[in-house]
Amino acid sequence: MIGLLLRDLKLAVRAGGGFGLGLAFFLIVVVLVPLGVGPKAELLTAIAPGILWVAALLACLLSLDRIFALDHEDGSLDLLATAPIPLEGVVTIKALAHWLTTGLPLTLASPLFGLLLHLPGPAYPWLMLSLGLGTPALSVIGTFGAALTVGLKRGGLLLSLLVLPLYMPTLIFGAEAVRRGAEGLATATPLVLLAAITLGSIAALPFASAAALRINLR
Amino acid sequence: MTDLACARGSLPVLEGVSFTLATGRALILRGPNGVGKTTLLRTLAGLQPALEGSVSHPPETIAYAAHADGLKTMLTVAENLAFWARIFGTGDIAPALERMHLRDLADRPAQNLSAGQKRRLGLARLLVTGRPIWMLDEPTVSLDTASVALFGAVMREHLAGGGLALMATHIDLGLDEAEVLELSRFRADPRRAADAFDHGFDEAFL
Repeated sequence: MIGLLLRDLKLAVRAGGGFGLGLAFFLIVVVLVPLGVGPKAELLTAIAPGILWVAALLACLLSLDRIFALDHEDGSLDLLATAPIPLEGVVTIKALAHWLTTGLPLTLASPLFGLLLHLPGPAYPWLMLSLGLGTPALSVIGTFGAALTVGLKRGGLLLSLLVLPLYMPTLIFGAEAVRRGAEGLATATPLVLLAAITLGSIAALPFASAAALRINLR
Repeated sequence: MTDLACARGSLPVLEGVSFTLATGRALILRGPNGVGKTTLLRTLAGLQPALEGSVSHPPETIAYAAHADGLKTMLTVAENLAFWARIFGTGDIAPALERMHLRDLADRPAQNLSAGQKRRLGLARLLVTGRPIWMLDEPTVSLDTASVALFGAVMREHLAGGGLALMATHIDLGLDEAEVLELSRFRADPRRAADAFDHGFDEAFL
């Protein structure tokens, strides 16, 4: 299992692996928004929590179809399915590798992006905390979507259609936590709900993803 | 394996296939294109369920090798092989590299290998799985004469060491231990397949 994780991380940072793609995409979205809505500080401050979370969501979405598509193309998915690791373990490791290469860097870099959107000072710790709690759910749910669409030619668009609605609860509570943090209100409720979504996804979805993969490999 | 029937894309292709294979023996699957050699191998490897019948060997005794070698082009030969050795919990890749004449290529990225070298690396993977039953789908594609002979020798060692092998191949590997199974005898009844093509609107969004 560790071997699979290390291989996926190694592949992500080598040429064509897509590491940094999500981060660059996040940066561009965040730069585009002030250009679109104008530089008024109070307007940006009001929309910053929502924009940051939507941008994080889209950045995660960008690399989802790589999770299984490349392994399916070169045949390693078939070979992994006949390997001693249970398929549930494979999808969990794949989701973890996806989070380590997209969700975690996004979380760590988010204060910088908050600055670009004039996010008020008290909101920064809550931005990082909510992204840290919420992005694992994005990776796990996305892995499920990728498992459903593996083997489809140009399945990327279908993947977005399937996965984005499932991202809604995470987006709602994540952005709400940052907004409350920015206004100095209590953030416990949205954060607890966010953590609950993440834990629920991690507990249930690997089994669904493995089942979807088994059907798609037939 | 008894009375097995299997399907490809909801279309039954084979039925009534039965055979047993003793330790140290190889079985070569023959038959025209599309008869179901790959489908049978995938069913036996546990990648798809059988329509009918039963397979008696446990799935964790199988090393499966398909048309695609499962190589990562960004990784080197040694890294590719070490990954599979780690997944199968065997560890040492040096004997496999040596046996498939890959030692000089060990540090070369897989994307710079020729088709035949890639295939040799794919076959070296079988050696690091440490599993007794090899299920091979056209293992000799893109191998030159010398490599085919090399693979034949590797196969004989595997069989002599108590292994088994199932191969879909049209090339004679010179194996005395091999039996041949002609699959065209087991073609599924076409009437069973008659209504398999009713997809409706399922694929409108694909």
